[in-house]
Amino acid sequence: MSQIAQTVRSLFLIEFAKAFALSMRYFFKSKATLNYPFEKGPVSPRFRGEHALRRYPNGQERCIACKLCEAICPAQAITIEAGPRRNDGTRRTIRYDIDMVKCIYCGFCQEACPVDAIVEGPNFEFATETREELYYDKAKLLANGDRWERELARNIALDAPYR
Amino acid sequence: MTKLKVDGNEIEVPDHYTLLQACEEAGAEIPRFCFHERLSIAGNCRMCLVEVKGGPPKPAASCAMGVRDLRPGPEGQLPEVFTTTPMVKKAREGVMEFLLINHPLDCPICDQGGECDLQDQAMAYGVDSSRYRENKRAVEDKYIGPLVKTIMTRCIHCTRCVRFTTEIAGISELGLVGRGEDAEITTFLEQAMTSELQGNVIDLCPVGALTSRPYAFQARPWELTKTQTIDVMDAVGSAIRVDTRGREVLRILPRVNEAVNEEWISDKTRFVWDGLRTQRLDRPYVRRDGKLQPASWQEAFAAIKAKVDQTAPEKIGAVAGDLAAVEEMYALKQLMAGLGATSIDCRQDGAMLDPANGRGSYLFNTTIAGIEDADALLIIGANPRFEAAVLNARIRKRWRLGGFPIGVIGENANLRYDTTYLGAGTETLSDVAKASQGFFDALKNAARPMIIVGSGALTGDDGPGVLAAAAALAREVGAFADGWNGFNVLHTAASRVGGLDVGFVPGEGGKTFGEMASGGVNVLFNLGADEVEIAPGPFVVYIGTHGDRGAHRADVILPGAAYTEKDGTFVNLEGRAQVSSRAAFPPGDAREDWAIVRALSAVLGKTLPFDSLAALQRELYQALPWMRSDRVEPAGHDAILALADRAGSLGAAHLGSKLGDFYLTNPIARASKVMAECSRLAAGEKLQAAE
Repeated sequence: MSQIAQTVRSLFLIEFAKAFALSMRYFFKSKATLNYPFEKGPVSPRFRGEHALRRYPNGQERCIACKLCEAICPAQAITIEAGPRRNDGTRRTIRYDIDMVKCIYCGFCQEACPVDAIVEGPNFEFATETREELYYDKAKLLANGDRWERELARNIALDAPYR
Repeated sequence: MTKLKVDGNEIEVPDHYTLLQACEEAGAEIPRFCFHERLSIAGNCRMCLVEVKGGPPKPAASCAMGVRDLRPGPEGQLPEVFTTTPMVKKAREGVMEFLLINHPLDCPICDQGGECDLQDQAMAYGVDSSRYRENKRAVEDKYIGPLVKTIMTRCIHCTRCVRFTTEIAGISELGLVGRGEDAEITTFLEQAMTSELQGNVIDLCPVGALTSRPYAFQARPWELTKTQTIDVMDAVGSAIRVDTRGREVLRILPRVNEAVNEEWISDKTRFVWDGLRTQRLDRPYVRRDGKLQPASWQEAFAAIKAKVDQTAPEKIGAVAGDLAAVEEMYALKQLMAGLGATSIDCRQDGAMLDPANGRGSYLFNTTIAGIEDADALLIIGANPRFEAAVLNARIRKRWRLGGFPIGVIGENANLRYDTTYLGAGTETLSDVAKASQGFFDALKNAARPMIIVGSGALTGDDGPGVLAAAAALAREVGAFADGWNGFNVLHTAASRVGGLDVGFVPGEGGKTFGEMASGGVNVLFNLGADEVEIAPGPFVVYIGTHGDRGAHRADVILPGAAYTEKDGTFVNLEGRAQVSSRAAFPPGDAREDWAIVRALSAVLGKTLPFDSLAALQRELYQALPWMRSDRVEPAGHDAILALADRAGSLGAAHLGSKLGDFYLTNPIARASKVMAECSRLAAGEKLQAAE
């Protein structure tokens, strides 16, 4: 019996047709592969990528130098120096450094921040050629904030109902 | 003694205890804001509510209710107090909610954050969320001087600061104006505070309303390394805690030492830390062609050796300044002995105190805590308010209890308590001694009279005479009795008693400080003496910390360590040896002073027999056993009685305090910006007073 079935399958190229159909199915199916630098995968609003220091809509820095992020950082990657600001004497950072090499991207800093100043943004493409470039200072973090503000604000708004 | 039950545990406490103290005694924790052990009871924060059985059916403020007021039960049961019942819990939650109604939610920017009583107690006794939706009250900040920063919105009106200035500091500078929601703490017309103890209100404030202005926003309490050490700004030797981050000293706080400073420190002690950063000597210098030029340690030592080798021993001298520790003075003395030089002196102010007269002749024999037992006081040529601000607070504490006549000979200054001004000069002292002055009777009638002689009165030719006359007067009025020694010398420099103890005074044929400074020697080792001008001529080797007068005059500068940067023994004016601990490291190439002297001794071929601080201290303790413990050994009466026998007639001299500007008495304070600002303000105040 099996002999007959085998013969029929061979004669009518059934396996060939099946295989062809399978390859055609995958041929016309949408691709899983991303053309990476030009295409990117979806990113969750809670994604913890590169850090940024945000500003208020009027341009004022949010960070008030409370040092809670520095205190909670398990990798001790954050260094802050605080002092009264020259013009109005309010509490501001003189220095805000993150060692991105030490950072473990746990997100505790943004959890600790009482004013949503330090956030981990959606950016994951910040590889550098030298190690020194990964020692972020305040200017770099504020520039990140300015650059990503729209996405950062959207992500915080999206995540707000769950907090 | 009264018996009562706290949470079911029976305890017995003294009659004068409040319920709060009784509960503490029983191990129950009572939250409080306005209550403070050393201040009067206000009872206005209501945080310390407890339930009292048999009392009215409402919570009672435990700080304001004495154990005496408790009534026993109907069958004579012990009165009962509860601290953990639902009523107490609800009362605390309610009080906390009311306190937080107008307290801003700005802990992240508040300097008190992390060490705040309100923060801690809100966590422990408060509820987790607020029901208050209305606008909070806001209060304008007041300017009350360069030391204390105010954020008055945070104030919870505990009035600890008001009570401190009125009761301890002795000048009613702060007050509470307005009622209810309009209540505000302020100075009169928003003037700057002038008390030299004002920094203590920062520690007293349970919230962040009064914070340290120089320390504003510098650091969080959890980042700081805390080192327990001893203050050297005056001779009191207050117990302090130095907080550092990395190499930098960021603030200085008091520690509790009931025998010395209770828990207060003067502003100079508290705010001098910024002077530790500026004007520091961080490498050796050698004067070449009339200019000080950076050099290596070897070059500096070589320059000293070249000079010392061609100088006769009697032309070599050494002086020690006001901030030197016992160890380095001892090492320097040994080195000078090795060189055969006898001209050494630690009495920079020229006070005629001689260790040969016995230890009792230069100590504050009554001890600081002993002031509270005295019942009459004569101050001769001293201004304790500036020379020893914390000690002055102790005198005021005694004065407030009443029955404490205080006479002053010398400067008629406001000492923050009532004094009888007797006169300015030595003739007044003679008058009092001859019993022709009314105040003699006050001293004579007192069971425990005290006489304080300022070191300023002991300078000049009349110095030994004044000391002897004061000793004779003390003997005359009966200041020496069993367990009581009423003869006291008030020193102004932290190093002085230690220096006298190790015998850092001219030996056989030695020259005094004044003779050396005016050119009596050819080589002068200067261990941080900056207050006296050294005449041109001698080759000066300066071992010190700051680019002050001494360093400018020096021919070789060897950079040393400041008091926060070395382990060293300091003997306070009572004769209490206390050891300071290193909180930070000296800057650059600077080394600990004893090590510099040790290294120098090897270069000069007179190697000292110790290689470590421990070895040095071992040797020191062998020579002076009382340096080992921080207890005060009573010096006995014999030395002073012998001194009193030498009392003769006195010349005419003014007996004034020789302290100068309170805020600028030593090189560290002179390098401090904050102290300069205070000094400017204080000078302005004096000008105003003169007009």
